[in-house]
Amino acid sequence: MATRVGIEVSIAAAEAVKQANTDVIAAYPITPQTHIVEHLSELVNNGELDAEFVPVESEHSAMSVCSGSSAAGARTFTCTSSQGLALMSEIVYAVSSLRLPMLMILANRSLNSPLSIWNDHSDVMSIRDCGWIQVFVENGQEVYDHVFIGYRVAEDRNVLTPFIINLDGFVLTHVIEPIEMLDQEMVDRYLPPYQPLYRLHPNQPVSIGCFGPPVLFTETKRAQDEAFNSTMPHILKGWQEFGDLTGRYYHPVETYKTEEAKVIVVTQGSLGETASIAIDTLRGEGEPVGLVSIRLWRPFPFEEFREAVKGAELVVVMDRAISYGGPGGPLAGEIRAALYSQEVHPRVVNFIIGLGGRDVAPDDFVQMVQQAKARPGEWYEIYGVRE
Amino acid sequence: MIEIRFHGRGGQGAVTSAELLALAAIKEGKYAQAFPSFGPERRGAPVVAFCRISDEKIKVRSVIYQPDIVLVLDPSILRLVDVGNGLKADGILITNTRFSPEEIKNELGIQTRLATVDATGIARQELGIPITNTTMLGALLSVADLMDKESLIEPLNERFGRLAARNIKAFERAYNETKILE
Repeated sequence: MATRVGIEVSIAAAEAVKQANTDVIAAYPITPQTHIVEHLSELVNNGELDAEFVPVESEHSAMSVCSGSSAAGARTFTCTSSQGLALMSEIVYAVSSLRLPMLMILANRSLNSPLSIWNDHSDVMSIRDCGWIQVFVENGQEVYDHVFIGYRVAEDRNVLTPFIINLDGFVLTHVIEPIEMLDQEMVDRYLPPYQPLYRLHPNQPVSIGCFGPPVLFTETKRAQDEAFNSTMPHILKGWQEFGDLTGRYYHPVETYKTEEAKVIVVTQGSLGETASIAIDTLRGEGEPVGLVSIRLWRPFPFEEFREAVKGAELVVVMDRAISYGGPGGPLAGEIRAALYSQEVHPRVVNFIIGLGGRDVAPDDFVQMVQQAKARPGEWYEIYGVRE
Repeated sequence: MIEIRFHGRGGQGAVTSAELLALAAIKEGKYAQAFPSFGPERRGAPVVAFCRISDEKIKVRSVIYQPDIVLVLDPSILRLVDVGNGLKADGILITNTRFSPEEIKNELGIQTRLATVDATGIARQELGIPITNTTMLGALLSVADLMDKESLIEPLNERFGRLAARNIKAFERAYNETKILE
């Protein structure tokens, strides 16, 4: 059973963290923070959630607390944004290398400067290679669902890898919309208590995070790389079983009207649903256009992406971050890498849009598709600049 | 889909208005979305909030550029902000003002349908404070066929607790006292 309620997306996400029976929440409680942590602190304070809430003095400390908490075998959660993630990033890399499962909701916001509190993807792109499993969600339902999926996958003994849910700041975090909340019994059926393989305990001493001299470091990193590259089937299993329980099935890439499409628009996060309106408009005018939304960012779903764009002549990639001096946005670089091995591959055009909270409307996608079709070659452009 | 833009000043409850409306629509089984104009919150500064209501799932995530309805919570904003910007030709502007729709139409040159209510007066009498969010929802529902009036009562009770009865009274009065100029 599930109950459909109108609720702010951040509050729904916090309720999911509660339903997941989280043991430890460590977070920096002020800017840049969301209502997710604010609501969790209330739930802990009023006794609705039996968890340890650690209001640390910085994000660097937040992730350090999460590191110790997960190592001790506790189900662990944190949440941050933009500059907070930047400060946290040193320990973000450490916990994945230590194979410590935990869940982070990253309310995506831009990195300074100029000072901005608004939405884009520059924060998460700064930790692209951090070794966490990373998904993007398109709406409130998807972030609620992925709290359970994230814990389930991260804590799977075949995975033991931390998990990031990318949730567009403001555009999703501050919206009230209908969300189907699961009954506790359904959550408990899907998400068993965390059974750590190893944990810090005074009675059974182990060392975690030892010195790695040159004779060991490469082997350790190879082991981590192999383990990360074999997470895909377990992620798929987590989605499949969640779908069997709720009827909501998720995939590494989500497709919309891609059948027979000659032009494919590629998005990440909340842009996807807005773009789908433009796809309907263009299809209505007889244009063979489809949409691919990259849900799984790490590990990148190369095979699934190639399959989704098969037969397309033009791929128009929407990035919400810049890679200065790079090949365009970070997503476009990955898309080009995915297509390079193909004998015949589509032309890839890249737009950088929605930076620092710039609004993106359905008609913008129509304009970008028309521009990409009209101008030959492979290029990137920052869209919608006021001249 | 009906798209509504709310204009108020920070602290007056424009965002709360949009939220209560969305919650009521969702309780009726509809789809709805409510969100503020994102940014630092400043008490007293002009603010905007948005609400969409639809029978189908709402996919669009951009702000509302061409509203069906504009709701103005504070009369002093009428001369500061272009509140009618993008309002559809068959849309309606609903504003809090002591003046009649005719006087407002003449002064501001509004081309669309127009409705007025003295929400500040009602709020002062019923709530003792000039916070017009719940009062203006009464004006909105009297003018637009968005939902059953009773559907808003539950969200009002949940949000305002022991102050709910007074807010409901203000809401009901505005529902009955709003004047429309076609």
